[in-house]
Amino acid sequence: MPSQLVKEYFRTENLPHIWCPGCGNGIVTRAIVKAIDNLGLNKDEVCVVSGIGCSSRASGYLDFNTIHTTHGRALAFATGIKLAKPNLKVIVITGDGDASAIGGNHLIHAARRNIDITTIVFNNNTYGMTGGQYSPTTPTGDKGTTAPFGNIDMNFDLCELAKAAGATYVSRSTIFTANMLIKQVENGIKNNGFSFIEALTICPTYYGRKNRKGEAVDMMVYLKENAINIAAYDKLPKEQREGKFVIGEIYKSKRPEYTEEYQKIIDSFSEGV
Amino acid sequence: MSTKTEVSLIVEKNWCKGCGICVAFCPKNVLEIKNGKVNIRDLEACIQCGQCELRCPDFAIYLGGK
Ligand SMILES: Cc1ncc(C[n+]2csc(CCOP(=O)(O)OP(=O)(O)O)c2C)c(N)n1
Ligand code: SF4
Ligand code: SF4
Ligand code: SF4
Ligand SMILES: [Mg+2]
Repeated sequence: MPSQLVKEYFRTENLPHIWCPGCGNGIVTRAIVKAIDNLGLNKDEVCVVSGIGCSSRASGYLDFNTIHTTHGRALAFATGIKLAKPNLKVIVITGDGDASAIGGNHLIHAARRNIDITTIVFNNNTYGMTGGQYSPTTPTGDKGTTAPFGNIDMNFDLCELAKAAGATYVSRSTIFTANMLIKQVENGIKNNGFSFIEALTICPTYYGRKNRKGEAVDMMVYLKENAINIAAYDKLPKEQREGKFVIGEIYKSKRPEYTEEYQKIIDSFSEGV
Repeated sequence: MSTKTEVSLIVEKNWCKGCGICVAFCPKNVLEIKNGKVNIRDLEACIQCGQCELRCPDFAIYLGGK
């Protein structure tokens, strides 16, 4: 018998899920659900939109309004849904490839618009679903099916990208620090604007194996040991930052929200009638 | 003698994929992998911190009851 949380928010008839043993996707998915539960949202007021990838399959397991869309386009669908039904809490579930390769353009423009959508990127540094090709977040030098001698591209810092593009809530956590992730999803949903949450997760099957990162537990230990809270990171001398990454709430600001601005235009015409 | 009657540690063995994450991060060494699945080896030691539930990718272990 599943837990209360799982019974309440999952389509348990579809469980156990398809993800590999030790895949981090389940940890992120549970964190999202826990955040929604903590906020006490009505299930019918939530719409979960995902793209394509192992991570994007999460929507199929969740018992909200859900839509599993096309590769890279979750934010385009989500924008339409939010404009049609501005009262819905729209949550986008996407992968690093989905969000920042094929869907990179949608990402920067959704952020620029500051539309009230909470986007959670399951960043496993690879295209898991298609067999471990390198993605825009594969660290330079790491291997992928399409980079057998090591990736020569610079990898994106997704949080810096989202911040520069105009997101008004930007944070990062890991599947090890899952409690922090839960809090961030809560705060992201509460932010009236575009919220971007990067969940650092693991793909032991492809990224892990190709890069000799060990088993799921070893990959979790790596996240545990190299993630540094933003306040501590800022105080760290440059040479000690090598190989470390920031977690925490990276950026918060206030700007007009897109659907509210759009409504003002509509209202300006109806007032005249 | 059990003082922890209110909340119990529950395992959904059919969903467990034996990844060992819960075992590795349990602060009290309550869990082990046995025949490819999680097994509660020392329930008395459990402090009900919920870390196993928090990080189980398969929703296969949790604190429940009452
Ligand atoms: C238009 C289109 N191009 C390519 C694909 C093949 N494809 C499916 S998933 C995927 C990448 C998924 O990577 P990511 O978003 O990081 O998700 P993950 O599987 O790692 O969770 C690709 C390239 C597709 N389905 N549709
Ligand atoms: S291939 Fe990687 S990302 Fe996909 S389910 Fe398996 S471990 Fe997870
Ligand atoms: S609740 Fe805490 S102490 Fe008990 S088994 Fe889980 S991780 Fe270990
Ligand atoms: S974390 Fe979950 S799936 Fe992995 S061994 Fe423990 S109970 Fe099983
Ligand atoms: Mg990926």
